[in-house]
Amino acid sequence: MALHSDYLTPSSPTTLRATGSVARRQAVSRLSRYVLLAATLSGVAVLVYLGYETIAKGWDRLSWGFLTSYPSRFAERAGLRSSILGSAWILGTTVILAIPIAIGTAVWIEEFAPRNKLLTIVKLNLANLAGVPSIIYGILGLAVFVRLMGLGPSILAGALTLTLMILPMTVIASQEAIRQVPPSIREGALALGATRWQTVRHHVIPGAMPGIMTGMILAVSRAAGETAALIMIGAFTFISFDNTGLSPTDSPPFVTPPPLGDDFTTVPVQIYNWTIRPQEAFRENAAAAIIVLMVAILSLNLVAAVIRERFRRHD
Amino acid sequence: MLRAPDNVQTLTEERLTTEYLPAAERVARLDGKAIIEVRNFSSYYGSFRALHDVSFQIPERKITALIGPSGCGKSTLLRCINRMNDLVPSFHGEGEMLYHGLDLYAKDVDPVEVRRRIGMVFQKPNPFPKSIYENIAFGPRVNGMKVNMAELVESSLRRAALWDDVKDKLKQSGLALSGGQQQRLCIARALATQPEIILMDEPCSALDPIATLKIEDLMRELAKDYTIVIVTHNMQQAARVADYTAFLMMRPDRAGELVEFSDTDSLFTTPKDKRTEDYITGRFG
Repeated sequence: MALHSDYLTPSSPTTLRATGSVARRQAVSRLSRYVLLAATLSGVAVLVYLGYETIAKGWDRLSWGFLTSYPSRFAERAGLRSSILGSAWILGTTVILAIPIAIGTAVWIEEFAPRNKLLTIVKLNLANLAGVPSIIYGILGLAVFVRLMGLGPSILAGALTLTLMILPMTVIASQEAIRQVPPSIREGALALGATRWQTVRHHVIPGAMPGIMTGMILAVSRAAGETAALIMIGAFTFISFDNTGLSPTDSPPFVTPPPLGDDFTTVPVQIYNWTIRPQEAFRENAAAAIIVLMVAILSLNLVAAVIRERFRRHD
Repeated sequence: MLRAPDNVQTLTEERLTTEYLPAAERVARLDGKAIIEVRNFSSYYGSFRALHDVSFQIPERKITALIGPSGCGKSTLLRCINRMNDLVPSFHGEGEMLYHGLDLYAKDVDPVEVRRRIGMVFQKPNPFPKSIYENIAFGPRVNGMKVNMAELVESSLRRAALWDDVKDKLKQSGLALSGGQQQRLCIARALATQPEIILMDEPCSALDPIATLKIEDLMRELAKDYTIVIVTHNMQQAARVADYTAFLMMRPDRAGELVEFSDTDSLFTTPKDKRTEDYITGRFG
């Protein structure tokens, strides 16, 4: 009994410097800071090295002519014109297809769907689909859009494939954004005699819009760098015409409106194509194209960050 | 395995029925006109019974306070009056809740129609993240009211005693106002749809004492034209503003029960039920 009561007896300290257990714990705490810093730096170091290598190799190839030339057998004449146009068409079409489907799905799941087993299964599978490798979407796109629907290796087939690929991410991001809208706002609107749809239309979607757009832009920047799925559906790598609808096409013209039926290539596909060439000069082209792609993707991410920050300050 | 003795339920039932006065003597009938008549109303969240057989009448153009300890079902009862509980998927109500003699829980009643006529103000001020003007205009607009919106916005804000504070900044965000002003904005917003009844769920619990007094003055003013039902955990507030007061308490099975209802003076000075007396003298809750 005496032992036990000792624990509870107050004692006055003779020193307040760290001693014994406190000194040991503080040493571990100090050490942990450096271990964590090392973990961070190792990742950053690899990125900095890769970035440096790429810029050092490709910087000299960057010019206006590089951006506006068609691909060529001669490395010094080859450029990104057709792949930039192809990327623009693909991404533009993907955004137009993905935004309404993603918002519609997310709003239904969060605001209208009955809370039952089916919904749980849908939600679970959305999370699973977001983790499916892009090549699988490419195989699906090849089987369904290119072959079954007869779209051929066209811009529309590519955009549909990428839409499928980014839908899970964008739906989940939109759901997240919708959940961030406080329930009190919904209650306030409903208590005024608004219907569910009026509440969603006037308060939930506008409130969730910054989050939805941020998620959409991040997903698009992932689609901008996508290679495997597009090669799978047959993104052509040697396109020496502009995707304007006036150019030759493999797919029957009545299936798709002109430019969407065109063959295409994209910047990452062009990079892949140049990288696998044996000549050193094409590697330099690839490095230069990577710089272009990185700048484009970083700009997209910057726009996403600006949107997020602007709306955060407004709240 | 531990089991409760079989006689527990019967004992508590007996206690409820014998120790206290019968409901007819505890729940006063109104002299004036009732706008809402609650008859043997019970509500459930799933299998959990939240309200047990509540019966009383809410008088027209008066302030009725619902008081009682936490969890007694006073907020549930309030939210049943404009069908806000419909938003809880597992909710259902039994019994009758008559509004002008029409059962609010009849099959053919549309909750959207109900909520325009029976407005609500919440515990935490919840203005929309839009301008003051848009906050007021939203309700009339979604209800398709053909009115001069600028006039309606002004008269709603005047009625809520907010016009002088905000007349020069109608374009500013409603969120830029102080807590008390936000709550008056929410009241103005509710008034704009021209309801008959305004339900208030602890409207002052997030406000400081001065803002609270302003809202109470406003309620007295509004009671000339509107019926107000207020949930409050503050007995002084009920005594200050309410014409009638209903005291609710949790039964042993955790369902809320209406213990006593009468005009506020009688309830606070000469409670008929022992439980009411214990509560208002601070012996529990």
